[in-house]
Amino acid sequence: MNVVSKTKADFKVVGTRVARPDGVDKVTGRALYGADFSVPGMQVGLILRSPHAHAIINSIDASDALALPGVKAVVTSADLGLPEDESLRDVQDNCMARGKVLYDGHAVAAVAAKDMVTAKAALKLIKVDYTPLPHVTEVDEAIKVDAPVVQEARADDSVPEGSSPNVTHYCEFGHGDLEAGFASADKIIERSFTTAATHQGYIEPHACLATFGNDGKADLWCCTQGQFFVRELCAGIMEMEASQLRVTASEIGGGFGGKTTVFIEPVALALSRKAGRPVKIVMSRVDVFRATGPTVSSSMDVRIGMTKDGRITAGEAKLRYQGGAFPCVTVDMGAQAAFAAYDMEAVRTQGWNALTNRPKEAAYRAPGAPMAIYAVESVVDELCQELDLDPLDVRLKNAADAGTKASYGVTFDQIGLRATLEAAKEHAHYHAPLGENQGRGLSCGFWFNFGGNTCVSLNVNSDGTVGVTEGNPDIGGSRASISMMAAEEMGIPYEKVRTVITDTNSLGHNDVTDGSRVTFAVGLATIEAARAAIRVMCSRVAKIWGIDEDAVVWEDGAAKPSGPNAGDFEPMTLADIAAIASETGGPIAGHHEVNAEGAGVSFGVHLADVEVDPETGATQVLRYTVFQDAGKAVHPDYVEGQMQGGAVQGIGWALNEEYIYGEDGRLQNAGFLDYRIPVASDLPNIDTVILEIPNPGHPYGVRGVGETPIVPPLAALSNAVSRAVGVRLHELPMSPPKILKAITAKG
Amino acid sequence: MKNIHVSTTINGDDAEFVCAPEETLLDALRNRLGLSGAKEGCGTGDCGACTVEMDGRLVCSCLVLGAEVQDAQIKTVEGMAIGEALHPLQQAFIDHAALQCGICTPGILVAAKTLLERNPDPSDTEIRYWLAGNLCRCTGYDKIIKAVQIAAADMRGA
Ligand code: FES
Ligand code: FES
Repeated sequence: MNVVSKTKADFKVVGTRVARPDGVDKVTGRALYGADFSVPGMQVGLILRSPHAHAIINSIDASDALALPGVKAVVTSADLGLPEDESLRDVQDNCMARGKVLYDGHAVAAVAAKDMVTAKAALKLIKVDYTPLPHVTEVDEAIKVDAPVVQEARADDSVPEGSSPNVTHYCEFGHGDLEAGFASADKIIERSFTTAATHQGYIEPHACLATFGNDGKADLWCCTQGQFFVRELCAGIMEMEASQLRVTASEIGGGFGGKTTVFIEPVALALSRKAGRPVKIVMSRVDVFRATGPTVSSSMDVRIGMTKDGRITAGEAKLRYQGGAFPCVTVDMGAQAAFAAYDMEAVRTQGWNALTNRPKEAAYRAPGAPMAIYAVESVVDELCQELDLDPLDVRLKNAADAGTKASYGVTFDQIGLRATLEAAKEHAHYHAPLGENQGRGLSCGFWFNFGGNTCVSLNVNSDGTVGVTEGNPDIGGSRASISMMAAEEMGIPYEKVRTVITDTNSLGHNDVTDGSRVTFAVGLATIEAARAAIRVMCSRVAKIWGIDEDAVVWEDGAAKPSGPNAGDFEPMTLADIAAIASETGGPIAGHHEVNAEGAGVSFGVHLADVEVDPETGATQVLRYTVFQDAGKAVHPDYVEGQMQGGAVQGIGWALNEEYIYGEDGRLQNAGFLDYRIPVASDLPNIDTVILEIPNPGHPYGVRGVGETPIVPPLAALSNAVSRAVGVRLHELPMSPPKILKAITAKG
Repeated sequence: MKNIHVSTTINGDDAEFVCAPEETLLDALRNRLGLSGAKEGCGTGDCGACTVEMDGRLVCSCLVLGAEVQDAQIKTVEGMAIGEALHPLQQAFIDHAALQCGICTPGILVAAKTLLERNPDPSDTEIRYWLAGNLCRCTGYDKIIKAVQIAAADMRGA
């Protein structure tokens, strides 16, 4: 538990726009990403994947493949362990099908060979005998009681009797008297919505290199958001001691939640063990689409009541999410987030999660929240339209604040929603005139944020510089923010700090780079590690001066005498102390381990202007502004970058991106040509307004910022389109044919 | 079919390599020549992460065969900085936070460099259309466009 009474407000380094430490590496091509590692003797690993959405695997015959010169090993699920832990078994069975393939693209077997040509030829020689089974890929189909059964008996205790066997999880949140709330409304609107599954779309495909020694020790290099979690999963699946597997994270080419689990790593380890050679696997883009990510798709009903003057009296949401072929609980987060922006007396959300014959969902930025909030914010907007109320004023009237009991049970501490809404209301964007076929949409967004297990070590070098060692891959510039917080606390220039991200053998466990936790939790641990090192330095100086430890203070990067001894000695800088460390007791370091709590929640408000072409149904985003509370923006450039990047991903989700399945249950658009993420010419500049309402749970007031920005764009765009063309769509993406159909139907 | 011997020029230096007939320029650069700056994001010409310059034109190196670059002039991200001095685009990308994960950055830098060689004062829209073949999933492009403009101004001596 971290209780921080006073939040620092006067900063020297924090809040400035320094150059990131990995910048030169990344602009010169020197930085090493997942696919950039190689070692002598390395073999190429390739994975054979199911062409069926659902089928029994009767047999796998790899004898011809193994007979091909240059083929070193073939593995199937039989070559992996059989862990007791069901969730670990799910991860494993997703990496390599056991008995049955559950989706188009599910891995069935893998080969290691001397080169790509041989590996490809070997894959063709592996004979798999399948018996196809009926499949289901849509959530509304999957929750019917007579739907094809994806996996038997996977429902957890929460699922009501009589549900479809594909329903694996049920949840319910809320408080208050719903019926009384609806009874006091002047207007009630109930609508149903659907959203498509979208992929995280990171530009770097998954890649790893595994070397398994004959002594049972293994090394793994991979692009991941969390090397410690990769170690746990892989060691569990390989049935080896975690300590015998060292995992090193490469630079990572995007993740957004999609690189928080394993897909190819255990397979590479199994191939390497069997072949006795290092094995590298790099996924193709088609495989990335077919067998990693995406996020859940949803079908939702939302009902909200409002008085004539804009007070929300009651709200109810029913959320049905499909997360692919394995159980997940993403719907919990959607059900908790749905109404989080509002102070409500009566609210209830229910969620169901169902299995389908699709790849297992992976976390994607604020997992579960964007779709639920899209549905709620659309209905709130429609109520504003019906009652002729200003959508911003209505949000202000109902906004959650400090002391509000959130729809999911917690009572909010200091939060920035009201300030964010007020900033939006004052902004020129909100008052700018609009032309024909143009519309402006507004939406709130929310994410919980997270702290978690964190371990940092900080070493004072004899040359007066500081090395910070942390365990979270830098996915959006976090090395800079960690170095900044170390420099701030130590009172030294930013350039004197070097932060490195280390392997699993060199530091205690760190949770994954997710949940918007790194700048918050690693920053907090870094500050504490710096304080520990400062305490060591002050005690060394106290000994040199022969005064009491308590009489030495640390100011501006130097130890100074204080109290009765003030002015008695010349201050000793960090460099002075470091230079003679070996004569005063040896190396100086600080360390901090914590399971960080106190991650303040985050709110954002987005404004979007669009123009819809009535002839084609195509939507052009004309202007876009993001308002978000960062607590304290440690590096404003990278906070803005998170806000801009998240907004654009949300724009893609709202307008274009979707997983499209055919009747045959196969993914039809497994490539960047047909799964079209936004390109530069699709977009306007994304303006940003950072607010700083300090999070009391962090010494510098920091809140996570990475996830909230993907939440509001879905509804902001939908609301804008409805105002531009006078019809409201209830499904995403709002691709041109769908908008055109809606316009035509309106007449 | 046997491997093919290729003589070419890469970033101003003579280079020779052998490659399989079906091997892409991207694979040859990365696996035969040790130049891993160009990245593979899709392998189908849709993402631009593998962008290099070939005889003054931008190409997706995943769509060019290694065997095709006989006698060609190839330029990659590794050739942009001269000694210790970064290219103004590289410097602007660092100074103005035009990258987050950085995987798209080599391709975008090479593409932006060819734009500024043709048009030293591009408009916002011209930059957006020139870079439309280079996907970036992290930044939302905003800071990339601004960094290109700042580098352009710098190179014009403005
Ligand atoms: S890898 Fe060549 S364009 Fe994507
Ligand atoms: S910075 Fe990550 S894809 Fe562009």
